[in-house]
Amino acid sequence: MPIEKFITLTSTCVPLPIENVDTDQIVPARFLKATTREGFGENLFRDWRYDKSGKPRQDFVLNNGRHTGQILLTGKNFGSGSSREHAAWAIKDFGFKVVVSSFFADIFRNNSLNNGLLTVQVSEEFLARLFESVEADPSTRVKVDLENQEISVLPDGPREKFDINSYKKNCLLNGYDDIDYLMSMRDEIMEWEKKME
Amino acid sequence: MTKTIFDKIWDRHVVKSIPDGPDVLYIDRHFIHEVTSPQAFGGLRQRNAEVFHPEKTIATADHNVPTIDQHLTIHEELSRVQVEKLKTNCLENDIELYGLNHPYNGIVHVIGPELGITQPGMTIVCGDSHTSTHGAFGSIAFGIGTSEVEMVLASQCLMQPKPKSMRINVEGVLQEGVTSKDIILYIISQISTGGATGYFVEYAGSAIRNLSMEARMTICNMSIEMGARGGLIAPDETTFEYIRGREYAPAGSEWQKKVEFWRALPSDPGAEFDKELHFDAAGIEPMITYGTNPGMGTGISGMIPSLEEIDNASRNSFLKSLEYMDFYPGEKMIGKKVDYVFMGSCTNGRIEDLRSFSSFVKGKKKAEDVIEWIVPGSKQVEKQAEEEGIKQALEAAGFEMRQPGCSACLAMNEDKIPEGKYAVSTSNRNFEGRQGPGARTMLASPLTAAATAITGRVTDPRTFL
Ligand code: SF4
Repeated sequence: MPIEKFITLTSTCVPLPIENVDTDQIVPARFLKATTREGFGENLFRDWRYDKSGKPRQDFVLNNGRHTGQILLTGKNFGSGSSREHAAWAIKDFGFKVVVSSFFADIFRNNSLNNGLLTVQVSEEFLARLFESVEADPSTRVKVDLENQEISVLPDGPREKFDINSYKKNCLLNGYDDIDYLMSMRDEIMEWEKKME
Repeated sequence: MTKTIFDKIWDRHVVKSIPDGPDVLYIDRHFIHEVTSPQAFGGLRQRNAEVFHPEKTIATADHNVPTIDQHLTIHEELSRVQVEKLKTNCLENDIELYGLNHPYNGIVHVIGPELGITQPGMTIVCGDSHTSTHGAFGSIAFGIGTSEVEMVLASQCLMQPKPKSMRINVEGVLQEGVTSKDIILYIISQISTGGATGYFVEYAGSAIRNLSMEARMTICNMSIEMGARGGLIAPDETTFEYIRGREYAPAGSEWQKKVEFWRALPSDPGAEFDKELHFDAAGIEPMITYGTNPGMGTGISGMIPSLEEIDNASRNSFLKSLEYMDFYPGEKMIGKKVDYVFMGSCTNGRIEDLRSFSSFVKGKKKAEDVIEWIVPGSKQVEKQAEEEGIKQALEAAGFEMRQPGCSACLAMNEDKIPEGKYAVSTSNRNFEGRQGPGARTMLASPLTAAATAITGRVTDPRTFL
């Protein structure tokens, strides 16, 4: 089953300048009871987004109407904690296609890439400049170019290269899926098992 | 060439290396539970694929289950549906399920070791970040996402880049009243929640070697709280003795062969690590957390850091966290009022933890204004606690033991700490809302939890020794 291809994206950004955002904040455990992958966007950042009575908190960035877009900017060590893939599903389901941070937790990064959600790791300095630009002017457009592994503030703002494992990059550019690949290897795996016995 | 234990196990499990890409890594044991598996089975169904090796996957229901009246149907509809879905998925795919009320049921990271499923030299995964627990046996064990659960079901393999290696040495003798939970909370407080991201950790040194298997599991369990992919401890006689005779343990001539293989696993002398850290066991106090991530911890006699001690860039996050806890920079932790004490989880819900908690409270009385949840990690722990008289000793001191499950560790079932209330918890995460919306968590050892349950305030267990 192919995943959605990712080549380039140009979009405005939603800034969330908080460090160590864990997956319990991205989607709290009590919302993990679904048995399908859809609909988690509703509960993205649930307890920051809504008050006890379920009313949207106006001071939270997803509600204040100032910032919209398909790029989520976050503080360092994003996605730590629980391995719940629901966190990546929720971010994607809400409409984000890229998450930018200066540091990602490992499992979160894997989960995101496995769902065609691109994680872009930038330097602390570049991240600080992104936050500045976006907070000063919410209509700031940022371009994420996977082919060239570059993120830039349009039209001629700062730019920076980012790293991505070349295998994963290829998967995203072409919409390939690890599971299909592994299933195509089943014979090879069985041979390996025999050899190891 | 010298190799680390991690290299030895990893290299034996590489089916194929993709140039410039990840390794195709073979998985020996796969655990699943009700929360992170349904979408993986759904994906397989959509692909029209069957489970490749159903005998290598073992299932349990733990995250969602009630901890009272387990013999009745689960009240909460969505939880019930998830638990039932697990049952049908296992039935349809020939997967062994230790479901609710089965004598082997329990938290996935408690039952694997106690059944002898977890063994040295294995690769073990589960759709749960605390899979690192199983590393205590000298195995490569780590948590995965649901897409990866589907990969393992479909092919018994995962696509994984090899992580970097770190060795954490803890030398010396622990003070009385200090436990393995304090060791790991201390390490995390020193290196932060992202301090080991990208690494797989080996714990070594005399203080680690002197620990029981239960205590080693507590350490490896929390590897993920410093960002590590996993953590392991080289197997030794303590490991072999623990495994011997358990349900899934090798027996007869097979046992000797396995032990020989296990003895060859430890890192070669002179093996190199990408990073190495050293800690002194004697300097560690009972620990407690004051903030909303496990790295925000201090020795129990210490204070919450003052603002000046925090990096400029991190101050906002620090203050946000203290605001959630309604704590202030520079405050003392001892003596803070506590409303709930939670004793359980895959970090500290094993028989040894219950023993240490109950021997501490024996002959004392629970503070009246504290609500206490003692939740054994598994049916077998529950049974053993009854047989050893632990349950009775607890009851005499005013405590009640519930039935096994994850419970208030993540509050997916009814066991939620109410908004604004303070809990001292033996679990592993103090994130905002982790133990219920608005709940305020302080992580600590079973001994500190016991001392706190007796006084109703954050208490240093050493004052009772
Ligand atoms: S006890 Fe807590 S940490 Fe352990 S598996 Fe259950 S929810 Fe996860």
